[in-house]
Amino acid sequence: MAEQKEHQNGIPRIGFYICHCGSNIASIIDVEDVRKYVATLPGVVVSRDYKYMCSDPGQELIAQDIREHKLERLVVSACSPNLHEETFRNAAAKGGLNSFYFQMVNIREHASWVHEDKAAATRKAKDLARAAVYRVRFHQALEKRKVPVDPNVLVVGGGIAGIHAALTLANAGKKVTLVEREATIGGHMALFDKTFPTMDCAACILTPKMSAVKSHPNITLWTYSEVEKVEGYVGNYKVSVKRKPRYVNEDLCVGCMACIDACVFKEPKFPDKFNQGLGKRKPVYIDFPQATPKVVLIDPATCIQMKTGKCKKSCADACDRKAFDFNQQPELKEIQVGTIVLATGFKTYDAKRDALYGYGRYPGVFTALEIERLVNASGPTLGDVVLRDGRHPKAVGIIHCVGSRDEKTNKWCSRVCCMYSLKLAHLIKEHSGAEVYNFYIDMRTPGKGYEEFYDKLLAEGVHFIRGRVAEVTDWAMTPEEQGKLVLRVEDTLAGFVRRIPVDMVVLATGMEAQADAGEVRHKFNIGCGSEGFFQERHPKLAPVNTFTDGIFIAGACQGPRDIPDTVAQAGAAAAEALVLIDAGHVELEPNTAHVVEEECCGCKSCVPLCPYSAITLDEAKKKAVINEVLCKGCGTCVAACPSGSIRQNLFEDDEIFSEIEGVLAQ
Amino acid sequence: MSAKPQVAFYWCASCGGCEEAVVDLAEDILKVVEAVDIVLWPVAMDFKKADIEARPDKSITVAFINGAVRTSEQEEWARLLRRKSQVVVSFGACANMGGIPALANQFRREDLLKYIYEDGPGVDNPAKTRPQASSQDEGRTLSLPELRNVVRSLDQVIDVEFYLPGCPPTPKLIMAAVQALLSGQLPPKGTVLSPDHALCEECARKDSKPVDLALAAFKRPHQIQIDPEKCLLAQGLVCMGPATRAGCEAVCPAGNMPCTGCFGPSSRVKDQGAKFISSVFSNIVPKEAKEIDAVLDGVPDPIGTFYRYGLSKCILRRKLN
Repeated sequence: MAEQKEHQNGIPRIGFYICHCGSNIASIIDVEDVRKYVATLPGVVVSRDYKYMCSDPGQELIAQDIREHKLERLVVSACSPNLHEETFRNAAAKGGLNSFYFQMVNIREHASWVHEDKAAATRKAKDLARAAVYRVRFHQALEKRKVPVDPNVLVVGGGIAGIHAALTLANAGKKVTLVEREATIGGHMALFDKTFPTMDCAACILTPKMSAVKSHPNITLWTYSEVEKVEGYVGNYKVSVKRKPRYVNEDLCVGCMACIDACVFKEPKFPDKFNQGLGKRKPVYIDFPQATPKVVLIDPATCIQMKTGKCKKSCADACDRKAFDFNQQPELKEIQVGTIVLATGFKTYDAKRDALYGYGRYPGVFTALEIERLVNASGPTLGDVVLRDGRHPKAVGIIHCVGSRDEKTNKWCSRVCCMYSLKLAHLIKEHSGAEVYNFYIDMRTPGKGYEEFYDKLLAEGVHFIRGRVAEVTDWAMTPEEQGKLVLRVEDTLAGFVRRIPVDMVVLATGMEAQADAGEVRHKFNIGCGSEGFFQERHPKLAPVNTFTDGIFIAGACQGPRDIPDTVAQAGAAAAEALVLIDAGHVELEPNTAHVVEEECCGCKSCVPLCPYSAITLDEAKKKAVINEVLCKGCGTCVAACPSGSIRQNLFEDDEIFSEIEGVLAQ
Repeated sequence: MSAKPQVAFYWCASCGGCEEAVVDLAEDILKVVEAVDIVLWPVAMDFKKADIEARPDKSITVAFINGAVRTSEQEEWARLLRRKSQVVVSFGACANMGGIPALANQFRREDLLKYIYEDGPGVDNPAKTRPQASSQDEGRTLSLPELRNVVRSLDQVIDVEFYLPGCPPTPKLIMAAVQALLSGQLPPKGTVLSPDHALCEECARKDSKPVDLALAAFKRPHQIQIDPEKCLLAQGLVCMGPATRAGCEAVCPAGNMPCTGCFGPSSRVKDQGAKFISSVFSNIVPKEAKEIDAVLDGVPDPIGTFYRYGLSKCILRRKLN
């Protein structure tokens, strides 16, 4: 159905279209009533309703009307512009109209889906349509800008996510720089002995990929390095990377480890961070034998030469490649990339925060990550599950959801703890023969082969007690509890409170955002959720994109996830980067701000406010200048310019004020 | 009838400063008097309303009207002069934007009258007598102008050709305007007869304004020793310069006092106070509500500070109840 009328003097000829969206809109909003009403508004020469405006015939209708009725402006009332703004812009272009002579009205998410009162919803749809009709008169013809995309990629974080993303991109022929802040890549996965549910040896599947990264001609690997600064925009990022000093020349060291043997400290003396402090290392060390790159480094906090300058430096003497350089300084490197994949991972919950579980107080209480090292054949005990005093545990209790699903600490489920607790239960039993008790709230095993793994554990004779442990205590109430750690728990299946004495308690700590995630997200100008994990652009449809174009996220920096999901996401992030690289250029929305030079007084008010650092002061002219490629059109400077000398495309004052007037008019 | 252009000056709700500004032309005023016939100037000469009413419509070449409009009498005069004049120049901050009188728009008329005639500390009025628009005295009917609900700028009452900004307009701008009017070389209707950029452009302190003001506290002029060369905003003073139209040659900052915004905003800005708030308060250091409040405490009278001259032109017009 359609209303048509003759041209009115002075006002551009406007075409109005209202979509039924099947019954999504039409079941609540009287679209015919809206159509008839809008036809009476000044400037509107065509007013139509149609079942699906976004369909090919719907778009063709628009294009045809533009030609036939010489339409100069276009308003479509339909769904969210997020979904179909581009569709109707294209329809406008197809009809020969500049795409930006168009305004979209969202009457689905903003009206039909959120209202039940049909009359009121219809009234609202009319108000919103009127606002757009008033506004669109003032629209101007705009063009999208194209900027080239630098094909080089930066991957931040050398865990399995970063490794997989880097390899995928490098295999596609792209030059990748992989930056990792620790001395070796591998991340958390390098700490694990086995991976659930297949019980693959973690090292066996990870280390080949680590070596591949090191030897790949397309990958530059910078470990012990951190991103300092990121400037630029999609396709053209300038990144400064700080390379921390190892005091060993990375190009000369071959990882023979003769220096470690030669160190003046005859025995390893200092807590070994890689082994969660369960083992000892010397001031010159390498994290583990397959560390990549296989290069030693010096810990300046414990090295006598670094601390006092008075050591015989037997390590350096032992090095026949003369790789030692005690005066090495941090180095700042600058690289140009077009896209960035952030795979900065997670940290585990600090078990000390749950004081009643006694971590740090009872030597028999361990974190899951410590147990990962204890059961690991290349760990500090070579796979022997022993307590801190050297005894072998006869009974072990694993407490699930420590720092997860807890109102007091972290509300979210960490997704991996049930499965890794099952894995550890199996490994502990296998390595030590101990009785193993799992204390869980709910058993969550959603994944391929996961439930089957749980079934297997049930058959293996591991005990499962459904209940949240109240307390770990060494206060014995019976002779059997003497010298034991007792877990007090309400067994919610049996319906009574139990006391289970064990020798070893394992806390299945949850996953949290990295301590410096907030800093990192500011550096890369992306968002994060309230729990600190990086924010994806859309939880379902753009899970690895961020709100900053050209920056992608993969792995546990976006939220707790296991290895298969992490790898899948890393591949997706690499693919998204490849999309931009292979397209060769990006189109930028023209909704940018610009300074009207002759009006600007150079007061600089706008300069510090730009969240994208797009504004600079031209020192010669004493005027502010906006780099339109950097501008995201947030409007901050436009609102803040005290003399009104900054204007923004699509958000001109007359557009906004007429829209307000339109929505308020009767 | 004289061949010279006929000029009228009139004042509505004003302090008389705008009249002073005309006198301030000093010897230049003689040139003006020579070139024109003054047909109305209540501050200096004796004319009656009937004289103006008797004139033919459009017979006055230009009427300069200062002051805000807040009484029925001022409305009548404004309309009368509009009818009789070819060009009306809105003269000074009060006529342009309501000025100081418009600060009354923060209150309801009833509250104002009650305070002034009943509750004020200096009031002795047990009978609670208030001025009446019409009253009887010994058989005669007496009338007084009525106080309107809202204080308006001149252009909210009558159509205006040009604006001369300032509290008061500077002699230089007045002379330039008079010369433009006499020469007939008129800018487009609605023009403010002053440069259309921010005051900072003319301010000698401009270069000392830092890129990031990073304001941690606001100070009032009496609270600090003001550096005579450094940007006043950078010293924590509320200087309205960035949100105020140029043209005065930064007389206040040159006199070591911050700009209070009397020239009004540039032509691109609808609401000077809102614009200033949006600009300067984006540049304060604290990000937490409580700390922000502490900074805001440094501006004890925000409306009187940011809307000292502009409350009639504020998007939020007045207090309703």
